[in-house]
Amino acid sequence: MTFRANHLLGIETLGPDEIVTLLDLAESYVDLNRAGNKHAEVLGGMTQVNMFFEASTRTQASFEIAGKRLGADVMNMAMAASSIKKGETLIDTAMTLNAMHPDLLVVRHPHSGAVDLLSQKVNCAVLNAGDGRHEHPTQALLDALTIRRSKGRLHRLNIAICGDIAHSRVARSNILLLGKLENRVRLVGPTTLMPSGVADLGVEVYDDMRDGLAGCDVVMMLRLQKERMDGGFIPSEREYYHRYGLDTEKLAHAKEDAIVMHPGPMNRGVEIDGLLADDINRSVIQDQVEMGVAVRMAAMDLLAQNLRASREAA
Amino acid sequence: MSLICFQNARLIDPQAGTEDPGSLLVRDGVIIAHNPSTVPNGAQTVDCEGKCLAPGIVDIGVKIGEPGERHKESFKTAGYAAAAGGVTTMVTRADTTPPVDTPEVLDFVKRRAQEVSLVRIAPMAALTKGREGREMTEFGFLRDAGAVAFSDGDRVVQDPKVLARALTYAKGLDALVFGHVQDPGLSKGAAVTSGKFATLRGLPGVSPIAERMGLERDLALIEMTGARYHVDQISSASSLPALERARASGLDVTAGVSIHHLTLNEFDVGDYRTFFKVKPPLRSEDDRLSMVEAVTSGLIDIICSMHTPQDEESKRLPFEEAASGAVGLETLLPAAMRLVHSDGITLANLWRALSLNPAKRLGLPGGTLAEGSPADLVLFDENAPFVLDRTTLNSKSKNTPFDGARMQGRVRGTWVAGRRVFPFAD
Repeated sequence: MTFRANHLLGIETLGPDEIVTLLDLAESYVDLNRAGNKHAEVLGGMTQVNMFFEASTRTQASFEIAGKRLGADVMNMAMAASSIKKGETLIDTAMTLNAMHPDLLVVRHPHSGAVDLLSQKVNCAVLNAGDGRHEHPTQALLDALTIRRSKGRLHRLNIAICGDIAHSRVARSNILLLGKLENRVRLVGPTTLMPSGVADLGVEVYDDMRDGLAGCDVVMMLRLQKERMDGGFIPSEREYYHRYGLDTEKLAHAKEDAIVMHPGPMNRGVEIDGLLADDINRSVIQDQVEMGVAVRMAAMDLLAQNLRASREAA
Repeated sequence: MSLICFQNARLIDPQAGTEDPGSLLVRDGVIIAHNPSTVPNGAQTVDCEGKCLAPGIVDIGVKIGEPGERHKESFKTAGYAAAAGGVTTMVTRADTTPPVDTPEVLDFVKRRAQEVSLVRIAPMAALTKGREGREMTEFGFLRDAGAVAFSDGDRVVQDPKVLARALTYAKGLDALVFGHVQDPGLSKGAAVTSGKFATLRGLPGVSPIAERMGLERDLALIEMTGARYHVDQISSASSLPALERARASGLDVTAGVSIHHLTLNEFDVGDYRTFFKVKPPLRSEDDRLSMVEAVTSGLIDIICSMHTPQDEESKRLPFEEAASGAVGLETLLPAAMRLVHSDGITLANLWRALSLNPAKRLGLPGGTLAEGSPADLVLFDENAPFVLDRTTLNSKSKNTPFDGARMQGRVRGTWVAGRRVFPFAD
């Protein structure tokens, strides 16, 4: 078993072996989560703090449940409403919190690189729960686990990531992870929502849904991030739905057994047809949520092991 | 009467384009002879040990925190930094708080500079009142009070009518106007140059085309008004054809580039290192090479440090929120040596851009070793290696992108009007 990282800041710095280690461990937590007694003690005596500088319901809940099931003491800090408003800098907040000796720090921040910066100032394991448009590693890992369980493998698959790539940290982490495990990644969306230089990332870029989905094993839809846009990326939501919204007609261009994924929260009728999202034969969206808890348990377990080892060495 | 003889030097003369061994005789702060046959009685001698002796650097665009941000840099600390870096004239920016937009503020700047700075100061004044881009400042009064050029720093005068009037009025006074070329709409909110790096880091980027758009607009207005114009910083290859056309059609246009855009590229930002956040953002390696070539060919006239002190608090923030700018007075010369050692620029060519051209463009003394010129001199060892430690900088702010970098080229001595200002007197 190999897992060298001391923080989980992004997929970029993880090796393929570390990713597989984490996914394998997560499998065992899927079983635990389905059992009657959902308790383990691997984080017993440890303190987990969730700092969300950006509103979140599902990710925060997922991390909280993951920590509690592993026996950690979990605290949620709603940062949007606290000292940041009083002008405290990110580093001061980190230092203050560090003085309370947390063991695991789960951080979401609206600015790219902020979690990285914070990790340099604390003596605990930091997990990136999403920073700006940069990375969202646990999302990519839970997507990977979902795909692996559904397709029976996680290599040599054709995977289309569709929609608002430009504003998506989920897309960046997924491009990196799926590339590291040797899959063919396609990006599909209007050119205004493609980040610059994206073709240099080892992906194929399409602006037509039907071309992009042709022969795909996995169709990953992204949320149209209206809150990150400063206007004018698409002419209207109805045109976007017409050209890029996933419905059964467009999905028919993918392989017959292609699965449909979405990181949530969904804008039904904007990027995905509501009925398709609920179709249990095609959509694995609920599986993604389930895998999320297992993957986060595995990530915290592995980081806690490395943290204990480094503390014993010191 | 004081006499100094600099002996056994390698004289870097950008005007003559030569780098020959020789000696220099200085009387009362003025260069009076090259290679005198005898050293006059009573002359103090300086043995240069075969090292390079060149005209002191004239650095255009130095930000000093006075008035308003003295905790970041004062005239005194900037003076020390300049002396240690071989900069004998600092052309200071007007983007202070308040800005240098009245003769009264300009008087304050000149008085403070005279009192405490080790090197010469030539102040610029703001182009518009409050640097707000609405009304031109009192060019006449400000020029009479000693403003050498007019610039709103990194703010763009967005209204073409306001800029056209300011340029027309400046033309009447034969005043030099600086432009910062960056289309404000396209570059809004950007922290880095768009492309693969920006995408991987998830940072908002701007295309270098924003620079070309700003330049093309300004050049059109220069064609209309005939004003004297200098672009503070060119950083992208896409801007060069426009500059070339302007030159060919005889417009009175010069251009500068910062040392950071000549020696660093966008990938140096690495893991969100905010000391590498500058304005305009660092560009691709292709752009960097184009800038070096443009300096070599003379299309870009002037190299500056774009010295911008920022305290730790302004930089210890997430990249998008962190302040822009880097200090450069003390690292300008060693960084510029990279162009000599790695990119093949000759010392004489380099000194045209560091010293001769900026002095000529702003009508300042210095920039040459010709007889009758002031003895503003820098003695340096172009090969001496060292590792830069930012805590040793004389600037009050230590925000250098070269912290920990291996550099080659050290200043051994700096003289202003024949007076030694570095190494510092105790």
